[in-house]
Amino acid sequence: MKENWPGACGLILEEPLIFEKGAKGRIGYSLPRLDVDEADPGKIWPSKLIRKDWQGFPEMSEVEVVRHFTHLAQWNYGVDSGFYPLGSCTMKYNPKVNEDLARLPGFSGLHPYQPEEIAQGALRLMYDLQNFLCRISGMDQVTLQPSAGAQGELTGMLMVRAYLNAHGNPRKKVLVPDTAHGTNPASSSLCGYQVIQVKSNERGILSPQAIEEKMDEDVAALMITNPNTLGLFEEHICQIAEIVHQKGGQIYCDGANLNALMGLSRVGDMGVDVLHFNLHKTFSTPHGGGGPGAGPVGVKDHLVRYLPVPMITKDQERFRFDYDRPQSIGKVRSFYGNFGILIRAYAYILSMGPAGLKRASLVALLNANYLRGKLKDFYFLPYDFPCMHECVFSDRLQSQYGVTALDIAKRLMDYGFHPPTIYFPLVVHGALMIEPTESEAKETLDQFIAAMVQIAKEAQTDPGLLKNAPHKTKVSRLDEVLANRKPKLRWKP
Amino acid sequence: MRYIPNAENDWGEMLQAIGFKRLEDLINILPEPLRLKEALDLPSPLAEMELVQHLLSLSEGKKMISFLGAGAYDHFIPAVVDHVLRKSEFYTAYTPYQPEVSQGTLQAIFEFQTLICQLTGMEVANASVYDGASAVAEGILMAQRLKGRKKCFLARSVHPESRIVTRTYTHPLALELKEIPYTAAGSTDLNALRDQIDGETNAVVLQQPNFFGCLEDPEEAAAIAHAQGALLIVAVVEPLSLALLQPPGLLGADIVVGEGQSFGNALSFGGPYVGFFASKESFLRAMPGRLVGETVDREGRRGFVLAVATREQHIRREKATSNICTNQALCALAVLVYLATLGKEGLKELARINFSKCEYAKKRLGELGRLRFSGPTFNEFVVTLDHDPQFILPQLLQQGIIGGFPLKKFYPEMEREVLICVTEKKSRKNIDRLVEVLGSVLKEAK
Repeated sequence: MKENWPGACGLILEEPLIFEKGAKGRIGYSLPRLDVDEADPGKIWPSKLIRKDWQGFPEMSEVEVVRHFTHLAQWNYGVDSGFYPLGSCTMKYNPKVNEDLARLPGFSGLHPYQPEEIAQGALRLMYDLQNFLCRISGMDQVTLQPSAGAQGELTGMLMVRAYLNAHGNPRKKVLVPDTAHGTNPASSSLCGYQVIQVKSNERGILSPQAIEEKMDEDVAALMITNPNTLGLFEEHICQIAEIVHQKGGQIYCDGANLNALMGLSRVGDMGVDVLHFNLHKTFSTPHGGGGPGAGPVGVKDHLVRYLPVPMITKDQERFRFDYDRPQSIGKVRSFYGNFGILIRAYAYILSMGPAGLKRASLVALLNANYLRGKLKDFYFLPYDFPCMHECVFSDRLQSQYGVTALDIAKRLMDYGFHPPTIYFPLVVHGALMIEPTESEAKETLDQFIAAMVQIAKEAQTDPGLLKNAPHKTKVSRLDEVLANRKPKLRWKP
Repeated sequence: MRYIPNAENDWGEMLQAIGFKRLEDLINILPEPLRLKEALDLPSPLAEMELVQHLLSLSEGKKMISFLGAGAYDHFIPAVVDHVLRKSEFYTAYTPYQPEVSQGTLQAIFEFQTLICQLTGMEVANASVYDGASAVAEGILMAQRLKGRKKCFLARSVHPESRIVTRTYTHPLALELKEIPYTAAGSTDLNALRDQIDGETNAVVLQQPNFFGCLEDPEEAAAIAHAQGALLIVAVVEPLSLALLQPPGLLGADIVVGEGQSFGNALSFGGPYVGFFASKESFLRAMPGRLVGETVDREGRRGFVLAVATREQHIRREKATSNICTNQALCALAVLVYLATLGKEGLKELARINFSKCEYAKKRLGELGRLRFSGPTFNEFVVTLDHDPQFILPQLLQQGIIGGFPLKKFYPEMEREVLICVTEKKSRKNIDRLVEVLGSVLKEAK
């Protein structure tokens, strides 16, 4: 391997579990002095409710805690480490100032039940963010409550259900394209709907005919992702929406891929009735190693009355929570949403401005199409059309040497890159789904391309090198079969 | 455009490689009628300094002495917690799909799962869910999967937001949610439960300590539930109590869920928080959410991976145990760092401090109003005032005190009741001041 790849070698430090270090009696925290008489629960609580001593809990000093987590952090790869082209996850840069802003004591110390009159700044921020999201998407109203995209889907589909029920028109089925995220069918099914899969066509998108065939008066909604998970724009979406609406159904749009559309097109102009946003994708809030994110939901006017409580309203110059919404679906979580995440998204939109958001989407398109163009001579590209923010290759050319998408992904780690999403979307066998985002410089893309080209060569000349990859990580390929056959899900003394 | 490296100088060659002339021309990939012609109607961009000034002004507020709890607890967070959370290898990573470059996140979650098991007395815990309220809803859905019966019983002393969320989540199911009243002691009326429960019940849900701060009897509730073949779900919203309270898992609970905010997560106006979810090992395949398991690499070295994923949406799609896709990894990390820092003795001591201060406040406030319930509590309790809190609390606010949570919002029968929480952050002086100001406000209102 050449010397100038990001993936060189480094000192990796071993670290046991917290349960295997420290010693009895150690403590990493200085407790405040007790300034009242000590009360003894043993004298006040029923004896069967008093806890006895327990085994195995950590006992460490502060320095041991810090070293433990510093070592663990070294074993992780994040956006700040390098290129992270995980398709459909939009791993863009997380601005540092936003981290500071979310921690301002005036925000982080705010109790959710604090009286409205002393939470006006926070309410204004949420109110403004709702409006920003409306304007970016072309939807009429937005709730910030859902904790994540999947909870946004549940919220949206519950509103569709409430709307249809209120119109004396309950239905049984939901149409979901074969390119959809797994959360779409799971959320539909949680709402009591039977899931009907719709095939995408030879161009990788939905055809009006396919929808026409499946659409009937028992279909509550079509869940569509635009651009879809192949990175392709669903160009018949307006006609499809018309077909669905004509038979009384609703259009749900999964906004996972909204990073392709800011300032370029509005989902609200495409006939969509409900849309969820992923603030941790499009609006630069960190993914946190798998949450917390935020999944606000936008709706058109006819669904506004079903939004979760409370909504934030403005009377003259005063902001307040409105709970008086008798047709609301209720609540999907406690309080008002992941406020700390909302602050970051609000700060991002204000930093970028309208032209900046549009530039972000355009450069995301540029970067994705550049990769697509440069890699298609080396990797099979099942849908060879200009893409939006991501492109999907497959391992077909490499499979003749016994090399799979998984092997390619693992080998990329040795070169210092996070692998793309693999084996998704399901319609592409052995998929490699690459989303570069706007956060990457041309040199990084060129380096990644060179690594991919090199790996394609290695697949021919030395497939074993790939089958045994990664070689430079802290651990080599892990036995996932064992973890499932004999689940060991906790440490035991 | 400091967040976008590629600038005009870079575009030319890249555009040429893909057959476009100008960056703006990329909009032509979209169908003509859907191309946005006008600019987005948003404020002009702010420089970093302007942005900071703007958000500082929004976050400004008067310093208050607050006695609010009610499901969100104001505990001191040691500096070490945020220093770890700010390590960007943790917070800028995503779900550990590729374990070889995610061992930090994976080991941390494995440690988190273990601590939740130890605290709750359960056999398995997942990687976390969104929050305490949705954890209750997920628990009820899990009981439905396991039992397939018609109804569930929820104590009225379960956090009202958890009950509302449960209603929302279960609305599409033909599931009857029945409520169990509370007694004069402030705990769930288990006799009423015993009278109403039958063989069509999936589960009984209690909160420990409950929304009024009072202690429940999970052992007795478990006996009643199990006699009908139903499960006992215990929700824990103030998990600091578990340092002193017998864990629900040792008192017969089948599923223990809860809110982890108390451990190292800021109040942050209600989120992000972190739900925890634990159960008996025999129910593993019916559990919702992510799980991390231990395994070995090709050289036999210990490592961690996402495990038992065949329950999850990305594999099972519409047949998954839940639609949940991620966990709340960074909030779970905060819980882990907080607990590791306090350690067993620190946690016990902190719980005793909370308990002692609350007992002091109870004694002092008992001089002014009536304690609504006679049962034992942990760090919050209910006081009945002589006057409507709607008139009393704003007067306290004027004097810099948030005097507690008026319960009428969720309990129409509690017109004069206020829920008061005391954590280690309230000094004796703070408590004395509350007693003094409340006393004079009540006296004037007479």
